[in-house]
Amino acid sequence: MGKFSVEHLIRTRLNWGLALIILGLVILLILPQFLGPFLLSLAILILFWAYLGQCWNIMTGYTGQFSFGHAAYFGIGAYTSTWLLVNMGINPWIGMIIGGIFAMLFGLFVGFLAFRSGLRGIYFGLTTFAFSMVLLFLSSNLAIINKTMGIQVPLIGGDSWLLFQFETTKVPYYYIILGMMVVSNIVVYFIGRSKLGYYFKAIREDQDAAAALGVNPLRYKMTGMGISSFLTALGGTFYAQYFYYIDPDLVFGFFLNVEILLGPVLGGVGTLFGPAMGALILTPLSELTRALIRQPPGFLPFLLALQGRAGVDIMLYGLILVVVIIFLPQGLVGWIRQLRRRGHRYLEV
Amino acid sequence: MALNKKIVLPSLIAVAILALALIYHQSLADWWQVNAVVVFQALVSGLFMGGIYSLVAIGFTLILGVLGIINFAQGALMVVGMYVTLWLFTTYGIDPYLSLPISVLVLFLVGALIQRFTIRPIMDAPTHNQLLLTLGITLFIVNLILVLFKADPRIIQSDISGTRMFIGEVMISFPRLVAFAGGITIATALFLFMGKTDLGKAIRASAEEREGSALVGINVKRIHLIAFGLGAACAGAAGTLMTPFSTLTPTAGDTFIMIMFAVVVLGGMGNMLGSLLGGIIIGLVESLGAVFLPGSSRLLGVFVVFILVLLFRPTGLLGKK
Amino acid sequence: MGLLEVKNLTKFFGGLRALNNVNMEVDKGEILGIIGSNGAGKTTLFNNITGFYRPDGGQVLFKGENITGLKPHVVCQRGITRTFQLVKPFAELTVLDNVMIGSFIRTSNGAEVRKKAQGILDFTGLRGREEQLAKDLTIPDRKRLELARALATEPELLLLDEVMSGLNPTESAAAQELVRKVRDGGVTILVVEHVMRAVMSISDRIIVLHYGEVIAQGTPKEISQNERVIESYLGRASFA
Repeated sequence: MGKFSVEHLIRTRLNWGLALIILGLVILLILPQFLGPFLLSLAILILFWAYLGQCWNIMTGYTGQFSFGHAAYFGIGAYTSTWLLVNMGINPWIGMIIGGIFAMLFGLFVGFLAFRSGLRGIYFGLTTFAFSMVLLFLSSNLAIINKTMGIQVPLIGGDSWLLFQFETTKVPYYYIILGMMVVSNIVVYFIGRSKLGYYFKAIREDQDAAAALGVNPLRYKMTGMGISSFLTALGGTFYAQYFYYIDPDLVFGFFLNVEILLGPVLGGVGTLFGPAMGALILTPLSELTRALIRQPPGFLPFLLALQGRAGVDIMLYGLILVVVIIFLPQGLVGWIRQLRRRGHRYLEV
Repeated sequence: MALNKKIVLPSLIAVAILALALIYHQSLADWWQVNAVVVFQALVSGLFMGGIYSLVAIGFTLILGVLGIINFAQGALMVVGMYVTLWLFTTYGIDPYLSLPISVLVLFLVGALIQRFTIRPIMDAPTHNQLLLTLGITLFIVNLILVLFKADPRIIQSDISGTRMFIGEVMISFPRLVAFAGGITIATALFLFMGKTDLGKAIRASAEEREGSALVGINVKRIHLIAFGLGAACAGAAGTLMTPFSTLTPTAGDTFIMIMFAVVVLGGMGNMLGSLLGGIIIGLVESLGAVFLPGSSRLLGVFVVFILVLLFRPTGLLGKK
Repeated sequence: MGLLEVKNLTKFFGGLRALNNVNMEVDKGEILGIIGSNGAGKTTLFNNITGFYRPDGGQVLFKGENITGLKPHVVCQRGITRTFQLVKPFAELTVLDNVMIGSFIRTSNGAEVRKKAQGILDFTGLRGREEQLAKDLTIPDRKRLELARALATEPELLLLDEVMSGLNPTESAAAQELVRKVRDGGVTILVVEHVMRAVMSISDRIIVLHYGEVIAQGTPKEISQNERVIESYLGRASFA
């Protein structure tokens, strides 16, 4: 009796969930029509960070290998496609795929070294971080990619889907990043329901127990690394084609490693909607903070003292991070799940 | 069988190096003629800087050993020490070395506050969460300093800044020498404190066995507070000692953190003596790296060593397996 | 030839000889108990058989094939699954998910795996707990889960490491029943145990380890009357 009603509840909730997702997608599809230029850029940024966060989530959230060096793959993607474009005239879309492959190879290389040496937990995180820093140093010193001066994406003057550049309107960028974000979520969704996903989570929870049950830890950790690094690199190319300029600090920077994971941590590491939720909250927050500091509105006088000062937005990031870790260690999604489970227990009685 | 392999490979490498040295001994001798001074200079400055690295790393290791927390904010705390000294110097004209006790005290208090309100709640959280928390603290502190002091690089010109002496052609910078001496002195004092005093022994006991210590009446919560405060104080002291010869920027701690991780991993996570040795070694690696790998960032050598240690001996020189 | 043959197995930890020329055979369909005092090498033996440690000497043969030193996941794919003394549930996953992970080794089809896992949960008495998180289970249920997960891999040889520890007599009796049911289903079982009553009652044969050496083999009755075993381990109570 009780079971029947809970089952019924679950089934209807699933339908609600599906309906909500479809509704959300429809809204996202028609949104650009209603947004002015500032809000459109904001939306693009939100989707961008949601995408990167989800890519990171595959590696750290699902496979459980804490990556602190994802900027490496992002930068490889950005530099590969841009260099190929500028020096060999290769189409950015093709360059995007090549960049993804290079990043994947690098990721597999790092992963192989680290996993074979048995590095886990914080040691693995530090290793990924170290490799990411090495790339930062190398890229700052390699003349072939202009060292710290970076590379400019040549403007073609006009819009072109073929050439991945749009100067008169940002709307196509919106749809591209929307597509990427949706694809990354679909990938995570299907992984989650497949043998791959189950094995990922097993390794995350207890690698030795997983091995005792026939799961090859090395193979699956590498798979997670490969998928994650490939997808992250695609984001790098998008960045280059959207902002028209890349340099070592922008795409290999120390803080980028942190920025990528802030969204998922806030939203919930290892959950499907965590990265998106986190990005949805953090991105506008930092933009808003920056705007407020640049030109404090009259009714908030204390901000006048801070006007023009750089750093307040990142202070806020830091504060949010601290608060989230202390009070919402499983992120927003984790918190909601906890509430729901407690609610279920009352219902089941 | 296995024993033989361990001897054969290093012997082959040693023989190869010897052979190369014999073959090229003349060019090596010529090179040495030209570059000896540079190398010695690098050794000296590397050693001195290493003392500072050791001090920061020892503070970090103290926190790691006693609380089991990876304090990513150690670099930021060092920067706080720097800016406290700067403020005292520009506002009251206090010489950096005289402000040392003040900055140590301030950092101890700051560390204690951080531990009490942000670290204590997450003592049992997963490691990556702890890392992210201290990262958040870092971001907050560094950017607070950025907001308060702006990003312009600042310099302190104290009486000792710029003074130096020469041994042969090698320059010994006094501020750096004092920093090194100060670092080693504080480290030694800390070792003595841990080894001889009751409080120090209580701290060591808590590091080894948290529950057991509590059972014998040690106030573990207070120990944790003190240990974190001490660790932060080490960072603050290092920052203050660096002010007579460094350029102060809010982000100075970023590279410091990276170097410190290399030091700690090299020395063995959780081993204070290892942090001391590791600091010196990494200081030398950094400065020699600048000599032999010109043009690239001096940190490249450090990171290569870091990666090699992680891959081949993650427990470090003195760490437990 | 037995299902599993361990020949002259030796394992050093630094200077300590944890296993010294251990020889034993496990016949298909039997329940073989391994007893010995703490530190006798029981879990080390399991770890060496299943690839968590690499033996320093000797061989492990399974169905006639040399599996010495193979990685744990390969050993499991060959047909040997082990449980852990300190149970290792996938804490944040549901009970059903835990067991499904075991089933995935034999088939990749999600629906099939789900059905199989459900069946195993029924078999091990965990019906109704499918959606509970593993970390919320009681100790006896965690042990059941550990067993269920192992069974999901459809092993030919099951290595149970101290399944009875921490259980009260009623729970222990239920666990013994379960182990017999598993054997009746065609699985050969190697049991490491500390709880004397339990292991004497379910084992067909028993091997006694003492400081890494086999000091006796035989039926439970023979073992309980073996002078050397009584000297070193059992004490003088009767277990007939």
